Amino acid sequence: MKQAEFLNVVMPFKDKLYRLAKRLLVSKEEAEDATQEILLKLWSKNESMGEYKNVEAFAMTMTKNFCLDRLKSKQASNLKLVHSNYQDEKTSLQTQLEAEDSVRWMERIMEELPEQQKMVLQLRDVEQYEFEEICELLDMKPTAVRVTLSRARKAVRQELIKKHSYGIG
Amino acid sequence: MELDNIEKLLEKYFEATTTVAEEQTLQAYFSQKEIASHLEQYRPMFNYFSIAKEERYTKQVPLKPRRNYYKWLSVAAVVVLTFGIYFGNLYQIEREKEERERAAYAYQETKKAFELLAENFGKGTEKVAYLQEFEVAKQKIYNND
Repeated sequence: MKQAEFLNVVMPFKDKLYRLAKRLLVSKEEAEDATQEILLKLWSKNESMGEYKNVEAFAMTMTKNFCLDRLKSKQASNLKLVHSNYQDEKTSLQTQLEAEDSVRWMERIMEELPEQQKMVLQLRDVEQYEFEEICELLDMKPTAVRVTLSRARKAVRQELIKKHSYGIG
Repeated sequence: MELDNIEKLLEKYFEATTTVAEEQTLQAYFSQKEIASHLEQYRPMFNYFSIAKEERYTKQVPLKPRRNYYKWLSVAAVVVLTFGIYFGNLYQIEREKEERERAAYAYQETKKAFELLAENFGKGTEKVAYLQEFEVAKQKIYNND
């Protein structure tokens, strides 16, 4: 496969890889590195790429595994992923007001979710994959996907209601 | 879109039984300016999902063509080696020539020095010849005695 062909195949879903990586790793830099790594890995396999019937699904699964490995190794070495994507909103009034920003708030909520729920929510509600695709990507049973998704959505809802009724940030 | 329908969809949504199309309907509803006030609390969720979808991977896709540069390494090595040997030899020859010249020069100088020495020695023997004359004369005088 030539470079141009490869790019044509990869371009449509490279953002999806990045967003999934960012969902899991949180840090922008880490996610960028992960995406780069995955793309390079795909490129090194480009000769056998014709054999995969769904390159996108394959790449997504690779990304998932890569990020989970990354998280595991970080936890094992007792290191936190360093990220500076959001500021600590407790420091000043200015940032406290910014915390009102619902997007940032949602981001915080999403960060709190367990990895499995994060992934399912990301794949379904952001990327709008069908259930069968998610099953394939995450190697899960359809019922498990449904349950996880429902739990994730409800968890988000609960946090939102909490915030909505008490207005705490 | 009537409120009833949306509420039903929301319920299904949280049970994760909605289809992608239905979820898109929900997203469309929540992206409106005016929505029912009791649903306002869900707005951040759906807004966030549509915003999250906008995020892009902005870095360059890093595809270096993985060509094999190693075969060129040997060519470069051969070139360097050839030049090295060529110029090395030239240098060697130059040096040998220089050395020979210097040796010849030294030889000439030494020869000159020896000649000078020999000349002076020659003078010495001449004088000794006079001395001999003197000796002969002396003998004659003694004999006459």
